[in-house]
Amino acid sequence: MTASPETRTVIPAAPQPGPARLPGIGTLALVRAGVELRSFVRERDAVIFLFLYPLVMLALFATVFGKEAEGIGDVTVNFAQYFLPGMIATGVMLTSFQSMAISIAVERDDGTLKRLRATPLPASAYFLGKVAQVLVTSALQTALLLALAALVFDVALPTDVGRWFTFAWVYVLGTAAGTVLGVAFSSVPRSGRSATAVVTPVVLVLQFISGVFFPFYTLPSWLQTIASVFPLRWLAQGMRSVFLPEDLATLEQTGTWQHGLTAAVLAAWLLVGLVVGTRTFRWRRRDDG
Amino acid sequence: MDTTGTISSGRAVRVRGLRKRYGTPRAGFKHAVAGLDLDIDRGEIVAVLGPNGAGKTTTVEILEGFRERDAGEVAVLGQDPAHAGRDWRARLGVVTQESRDLGELTVAETIRATARYYPAPRDPDDVIAAVGLGEKARTRVRSLSGGQRRRLDVALGIVGGPELLFLDEPTTGFDPQARRSFWDLVESLRDGGTTILLTTHYLDEAAQLADRVLVVHDGALVAEGPPGTLGGAEARTPVVRWTQDGEPRSERTERPTELVARLARETAGPDGEVPGLQVTRPSLEDVYLDLIGAAPETTKVAS
Ligand SMILES: Nc1ncnc2c1ncn2[C@@H]1O[C@H](COP(=O)(O)OP(=O)(O)OP(=O)(O)O)[C@@H](O)[C@H]1O
Ligand SMILES: [Mg+2]
Repeated sequence: MTASPETRTVIPAAPQPGPARLPGIGTLALVRAGVELRSFVRERDAVIFLFLYPLVMLALFATVFGKEAEGIGDVTVNFAQYFLPGMIATGVMLTSFQSMAISIAVERDDGTLKRLRATPLPASAYFLGKVAQVLVTSALQTALLLALAALVFDVALPTDVGRWFTFAWVYVLGTAAGTVLGVAFSSVPRSGRSATAVVTPVVLVLQFISGVFFPFYTLPSWLQTIASVFPLRWLAQGMRSVFLPEDLATLEQTGTWQHGLTAAVLAAWLLVGLVVGTRTFRWRRRDDG
Repeated sequence: MDTTGTISSGRAVRVRGLRKRYGTPRAGFKHAVAGLDLDIDRGEIVAVLGPNGAGKTTTVEILEGFRERDAGEVAVLGQDPAHAGRDWRARLGVVTQESRDLGELTVAETIRATARYYPAPRDPDDVIAAVGLGEKARTRVRSLSGGQRRRLDVALGIVGGPELLFLDEPTTGFDPQARRSFWDLVESLRDGGTTILLTTHYLDEAAQLADRVLVVHDGALVAEGPPGTLGGAEARTPVVRWTQDGEPRSERTERPTELVARLARETAGPDGEVPGLQVTRPSLEDVYLDLIGAAPETTKVAS
C-alpha cells in the first residue's frame, strides 16, 4: 500500500505560523504587478489588440492619408499629427478600460478570483497589481506612439512645459477613470467567453463618435452631444490640446479646448467608476452559489 | 462572533444545523444541505462521501467562506467564515472541486507568487517536489495535463502551510501512481499536524486516509464513523454464496465456517465441492452503496 521510505512523498512540516506577520500591501502589490505583467505579455491577443492596435492604426492612417492636411485656412498640420492625439486617447482607453473589463470578467469566470479569495491576499493588492499593469503597458504604448509619430511621420512634439503639464493630467485622469470604469464594467458580461464580445463594441462605438477616427467637428451635432457624455471624447480633446496648434481650437465644439470641463467630466467618471466598481465587484460568478 | 482565532487546541470545525437551499421563488427552492452537524478535531482527517449532488461541495464552500448559508452555526478555526478576515485565510488551505484558471505563468512562478501571500509559507520547491511536478516546474500551466493541473491545485492549497486543509475531490484525474503518492503526501501532512476535510468518490481513498468517514445523502448525514466500522457491525457480516439446484443462494452469517461445513455435508457434489462457493466480507464500497441505496435514518457508530 505504501511506497518504500526512500520514494515516499513527504513534505517538511510548515514553518510555525506563530509571530509571523501577514505580508504588507506594498510587497503584495509588487508580487501581483509581476504576475499581471508577465501574464499580459504572454497573452498574444492582448498584446496585439490592446497594445499594438493604436500603433498599427497610426502607421496605417498616416501612410494612407499622409499627404492630406487637416486644419483651416493656413493653419494646417499633417495627418499623422492630427491623428496622434486620437490614437493616444484610444490607447489609454484600450489598456485601461478594455483590458480591465475583459481580464477581470475572464478571471471571475475561470475562477482566478475565487482562488485568490481563498488566500490572504487583500483585494487592494489585487487591484494595485492591475493598476500597475495598466500604468506600465499604457505608458510604454504612449511612449511608442510618440516615438513613431516623431521619428517616422515627422510630427513635431510640443516643447513647452505647459503643454506637457496638460498632457500629464489628462493622461492620469483618463487612465484612472478608464481603469476603475473597466473594473465596474467587468460585471456586465455574463461569462468570460462573452466578455470580449460585450466590451469591444462599446469601445469601438465610442471611438467612432468621440473624434478619434474622424475629426470631431465632422460629426452631426446630436452625435457630438451624445459623445460628450462619455470620457473618450474629452480624453481625445484634451490630447488634441496638447499636440495641435493653438489655432485649431476653433475646430472644437465651442472653439476652445475646454480644459475645465474636460477635467470635470473625467473626474466625474473616475468617481462613478470608483463607486460602482467597489459596490459591484464580486469574487465569484453569479451562478456560483 | 468569536475572534480568538489562535487557540491551538480543540475543534477545528464545528457545524450545527447547517442549511442551504438554491433556487428562486418562481422556480422553487431545493435544499442542498438540510440540517448538517459536523465536528472536526484538530489533527483529524475526515472524509465526506456521498453521491453526486449530495451537498458536499456546498458544505465545504460554506466552511471556506465562499458561499452563504441560510441557517446554522458554523465555526471554522474558531471564526465564522462569513465574516473572517485575512488572518483566518492565512491559516486555511483550499483546493476547490473544479478549476480552469492560471494560464500563462509557469508552475514554479504560480506557486512562488502564491507562497508570498502567506505569512509563513512552505518552501515552494519542496511543494513542487511533493506533488511530483518537478519536471514540469518551468512549464506554463496552460499546457499541463488534467492530472498535472490537479496536482498544481493541491500544491497551491498547501503552499501556505495551512492548519486546516479543504480538499474537494483532490485526486480527480490522478493516475494510480499519483494517487498513491498523494496519499503519502496527505500522511505527511497529517504527521505535521494538519487538519484535513476531504471529499472523495474513491472509497479506497477514504479508507486509506480518513480517521473518520461521513456519508451524506440529499444534504443530510446518513452515517458516520471510522472507515472500518461504518454502517455498524451487521453491515460487515460476511456473506456466503453458493449454488443449489441451479439457483444462486446467499446467506449472511457471523459464523461462515459453520455454514460452509454444513453446506459441504449437505449439498456438496460427488467431488466434495460446493458449487459456486464464495465467502465475502462487505467492503466499504458495499456498505456505502447499501447506505446510499436505502438511505435509512442516521446510524451513528461509536468510534
Ligand atoms: N450554484 C448553484 N446553484 C444552484 N444549485 C446548486 C448550485 N450548486 C449546487 N447546487 C445544487 O445543490 C445540490 C448539491 O450540490 P453540490 O455541488 O454541493 O453536490 P456535491 O455533493 O458536491 O456533488 P458532486 O459529487 O457531484 O461534486 C445539487 O442538487 C446541485 O444541483
Ligand atoms: Mg462537489
